[in-house]
Order: sequence, then structure tokens, then C-alpha cells
Amino acid sequence: MATLYTVLTDFTQWLMDLIAAILDWTKLGILSDLGDWLQSAPVVDFVTTLLVAVIYLITVMMFALCFIWQERKFLGRFMDRRGTQVGVLGFFQNFADGIKVVLKEHIVPKDSDHALFEMAIFTYLASTFMLFGCIPFSDNFYVIDVNLAVLLGIAIFAFGPFSILVGGWASNNKYTLIGGMRAAAQLIALEIPLLLCVVSVVVLTGDLSFVGIVAWQEENIWLIFPLCIGALTFFIAAIGESERIPFDLPEAEAELVEGWATEYGDIRWGLQMASDYFRAYILCALFTMLFLGGWAGPEFIWAEAWFLAKTFIVFFFFIWVRAATVRIRTDQILKLGWRRLLPLAVINLLIAVALKVAEVF
Amino acid sequence: MTDEMWINMGPQHPFNHGLWNLRVKLKGETITAAEPIIGYLHRGWEKMVENRAYPQIVPLADRLCYGSSLSWNHLYCLTAERLFGVEAPDRAKYIRVAALEMQRITSHLTWLMAVGTDLGSYTIMTWSIRERELFLDLLCKLSGARMTYNYCRIGGVRNDLPENYERDVNRTLDEFDRRLRDLEALMDENEPFLMRTLGIGKMDGRTAMNLGLTGPILRASGVDMDLRKLDPYEAYADMKFEVCTHTDGDVYARYRVRMDEMRESMKIIRQALAEAPAGPVRVKVPRCPPKGNVVCRVEDPRGESLMYMVSDGTERPYRLKVRSPNFVNLSASPPMLVGFKISDVPAIMGVMDMCIGETDR
Repeated sequence: MATLYTVLTDFTQWLMDLIAAILDWTKLGILSDLGDWLQSAPVVDFVTTLLVAVIYLITVMMFALCFIWQERKFLGRFMDRRGTQVGVLGFFQNFADGIKVVLKEHIVPKDSDHALFEMAIFTYLASTFMLFGCIPFSDNFYVIDVNLAVLLGIAIFAFGPFSILVGGWASNNKYTLIGGMRAAAQLIALEIPLLLCVVSVVVLTGDLSFVGIVAWQEENIWLIFPLCIGALTFFIAAIGESERIPFDLPEAEAELVEGWATEYGDIRWGLQMASDYFRAYILCALFTMLFLGGWAGPEFIWAEAWFLAKTFIVFFFFIWVRAATVRIRTDQILKLGWRRLLPLAVINLLIAVALKVAEVF
Repeated sequence: MTDEMWINMGPQHPFNHGLWNLRVKLKGETITAAEPIIGYLHRGWEKMVENRAYPQIVPLADRLCYGSSLSWNHLYCLTAERLFGVEAPDRAKYIRVAALEMQRITSHLTWLMAVGTDLGSYTIMTWSIRERELFLDLLCKLSGARMTYNYCRIGGVRNDLPENYERDVNRTLDEFDRRLRDLEALMDENEPFLMRTLGIGKMDGRTAMNLGLTGPILRASGVDMDLRKLDPYEAYADMKFEVCTHTDGDVYARYRVRMDEMRESMKIIRQALAEAPAGPVRVKVPRCPPKGNVVCRVEDPRGESLMYMVSDGTERPYRLKVRSPNFVNLSASPPMLVGFKISDVPAIMGVMDMCIGETDR
């Protein structure tokens, strides 16, 4: 069966053979050796992986852009307005915005810490893009499927607050400083319940790879049914982790202008803004895989389509929450995280352990 | 972060509705001192009108506040009438009451919109703007303008009610009654909204009176002061309505008072239009008033607004002094803010209904 990977391998092999043939034609010893090296298996494998990564990144980014579009349209409907109107169903607004932010001037505040200022946004975006690699679309379409994919994903996720804190500090602005502090406090407070919910899934399925977890759910039951408390806790914590209303304190525009990203302009700001949606996409995908059976579903459409459909439905609930609520305060978020979500997550973990010990599944 | 620091929230800040600056001193996220700075929008209104003939000031009075221009327009006409020693015909008085109460509703809906954006819920904003449109249409039908009505005249109103106006108004009020219930449900049954408003910005009645607060903010502290009852002007003495008060004195109470006032305003509009006697709507007034001075105060949507006018017998006022309710309310903001978090600033100041046009004059 010709999968995307074998097609790409064949393509790379053909490309490398072509280059080697050209190099061979020059009759220079060193270039012939280079051609031989290019034809070797490790190089072909590496280039193929790069191609896969680029294709995957573009695919995921397109779907994440659909998230922005979905939010604009649905939020518009909730608010009794039409939402964006540019192009087909308003979909081209994202591209218009993208072009606009690319054309903006790059401004670095004079008294900021230049190196850290540039580095913080880079690491923030890099961690977001790395997360894309951890999220499979189906058991046929993924970049990596290591045994510890769940842990890897959560670990990369936890890198975000660090970048935000550094970025807020390096901007040399009071708003960004407070925004950065808030982001760090909030993300840590909500990350622990989030992680405990993931642990409960891992306990029950006995697997740390997403493909394994989804396969287990396909065999037994969608985990949202036995672990409904955990699913709810994960959902609330996920809204907080993606810094959306009601938990968008790090960039509460009524108090802190644009929060930790106040001083960023041009494409850095654009990508930071889009990054919120990328992260929301990743959390929705995590929710789908951990609780909603991932790409499992009747086989009249592709598994990838099932996965995306479920992800979009989860994000619809994100939008619903945003449309219905107001922003809450930092101390209230911390109280919610430590006093409500954490006990719920622990109870959920106990349920998972009990189910595992009783060997229900 | 251990040191206290001053933060400027303005003059260019997403939370300011209008051009003003609120400096807050923060210890961590707690406010230890606050200082409102105004004057960015000073146009010299009081001096400007000294060089205008009395009728020329009527449209200028509209420009005192963009949110409730009719109430300022009316206040000027009422003050001038007392100076000229004329009285508006009965029909004009009833029409004025109906128009003023419609203006009060639009003003309160504009305020609700601002509260919504400050607290981070754009649904509240779009919904209240949508309902406001109903009343803007009515006022447009009545006066020909949507924002600056220029409707009152010294000695009456510009024109009589349009055809079928009472029927249209009653239909709109029936519709608005339903929609207002939706709007209230969006906030009163919304846990995050209650978390943000209950117990915030507390002020007891005695302090509020000593600081000179008026209007809904004073009534929210349990003081039963409404000039429509205490010092009735126009046809308010014949109207049956309740003065809305609340005892808590926090942000939620202020929100509640304004919502209740909209219902009372609806009652007044229905009564005024039903009971309006037939007759002329405008009387002739002389060109120059007699020498003397007069003071007149009315219940603006934001509180007690007052005009003091001195005539030297010429066609232009010698002096016209405006007391803006917002100017006084704003100066009471530091005692409200101190001790609360920076996240509470939008809630406390947003619910105050800022209008810089009348504050700076």
C-alpha cells in the first residue's frame, strides 16, 4: 500500500538519484562521492522526514486557521451578528489579517532586553509548533509515535509559561510584567489538574502513546463515560491553558492592554495571537484523543475526518463558554485551580485506579 | 514585584471609555492608591457658550455627552425657560418626559455595553447595542437624529409626536421587555459575572453622600435620592414609578439599580404617552431674558446634573455653569478602588458609566 511516507520516500530517492547523476556527470571525484552520499539511506530518510514535517505543519496550521474562522463565525452567531465576511463564508479574513501583520514594521522597545525579547517569542512559538508533531491525525497520519508521546506533549506544553514569563520581563513594560506573572501562576495552577486527568487515562489504558490510547478506546469504551469527572476537569483546565475567556487573564485587555504580548508587533504578534488558537487546537485534539475515542468511528468517512470533526465539536464548546461568560480574576482562577479542579482530578484518578484494580475493562 | 509601582491606565488604554487617565499604585496586584486625571477633552464649553445667543446653545448642549445628549439638551432648555420666565406647554412636558426616559434607557444600554467589554464579554456588548438600536430608531423618528437630537427648544419641543408614535413605542417596549429578560439572564445567572461584581467596590451610603455621589451609584448604596421624585420637574410629578435602590453598595448593586431603572423608565414612557394632553408643543419666548440668575437640576442617567445660568439682560448668557454628575462620581473613585485588585478596576470604573464629554466640558 502506497502511504504518504512511501510516496515521499520514492520521491526523495528519485530526487537524490537525479542529483547524483548530475554530479556524476561532472566527472569530479569529490562530487561523485557527494552524490553517492546523497543516495545513501540515512540522507534519504532525513530529507523525507523533513518533507513530512513541512507537509504536516502546513496541514495542521490550515486546520488551526479553520479554528480562528470557526470562532469568528460562531461567536458572531452567539452575539447575533454575522461574523467575518471576507471571501467565501468569511474564510479569507485570516489571510488578510496574516498579510497585514507580515507587512508591519518590527519594533523592539529601546530599553528592553533585546536578546531575551526576541528569544521569548521564538521559544513560545517553537514549543507550539513542536506540539503539532506530537498530535497524530490518525494511526496512519502522524509525525512521531513514541511510547511516551503523552508525556512528551505535556512536557512541551509546560514550556509555554517559561517563555511568557521571560517575554513579559524582557519587554520592560509594567503591563507585560504583570501579564507574564499571571500567565505563569495560572498555567501552573491549571497544569496540575490537567496532568492528573491525563494520568487517569494512562492508568486505565496502560499506554503512553496516543495511538495506543485510541486503540484501547476503540476496543473498550470512550473514556468520557467512565471518567466523566476527569473529562470535565480537563475541559475547564484546557480552557485556562489556552488562555481563553473566562481565563484569559494573561492578556486581559481591559486591564493590561495586551498582557505579556503588549510590546510585540508585526508577525511576532500575529503568530502569538494565532498561537493561542494553535494551542486551543492542540488541547481540543488532546481532549478528543483522551476522552472521545480519537479517530474511532464508523468507517464511511476517513479516520482523520472523524478526528477533525470531534476536535471541531470540542472547540465549539470552547467558543460557547467564551460567548457566555466574563473574564474572572487571577485569584479566583488560582482558587478554582487549586481548590476545585485539583480535588476533582484526584477523585477522577481514584476512580480510574478503582476501575483498573477491579478489572472492569 | 515587591515594591509598589504606579501604573497608568490611560489616556490611551482599552479600558478607558473616553480620554482620561487613571493612575493606580499597585502592591502586587492590590491597589494601594489611585488618582484619576482628567482634562484631556476640555473644550472650554462653559466659556464658549458665553458668546452664543440662547437658541444657539441648544445644539451645543447636545455635545456635552454623547451617551445621553437629550438629557443635557433638555436641562439647558429647562434652565433657560426658568430664566426667561416661560413655561413649556403641558403636551411638550409629557413628550419631554417620554423622550427623556427613552434617552435614559439608551444611556443605560450604552453603559451596559461598556461593562460588558470591560469584563470581557462581547456578547453583553453586542446584545445591549442591539437593544439600544430599537430606541435609537424611535428617537430618530421623533427628532430626526440618532445621537445628537437637538429636540428640546426653549419653550417646548421642536415638533409634535409623529403619526402612530404611541403605537410604535408600545410595540417596541413590549419587545424590549422580553429582550431585557434575556439580557438579565445573561448576567444574573452567570456565575463568573457574579464573581466579578459581588462585594467589589463597596461603599456605604454615608460615605457616598459625603463624597457627593449622585444617581444610580448613590442609590445602590441604599440612599433613596431621585430628583424625579424629590424635586419633580416637567410632568414627573404625575408619573407613577418606583425609585430603584439597593442596599449592598457594591458593583453588583449598581448594576442591579440601572437594570431596574430601565424597567421603571418603560413604565414612565407608557404613562407619559398615554396621558399626554392635546395642545401646542411650543410657546414663543422673547429674544432677551430679564436680568437675574437661575439654577436648575435634573436627574441625568448618571446622577444629578445642574446648570447655573446668569443673565445680564442681553441675548447671550453672562455665565453658564455646568455641574456634571460624572465629574463628582469620578473623584470618588480612589476610595472605591483602594484595597481591591487591579482586575477589579474595569468592574468598578466600568459600572460608573464614564462620559468624558460632560466631565471635562
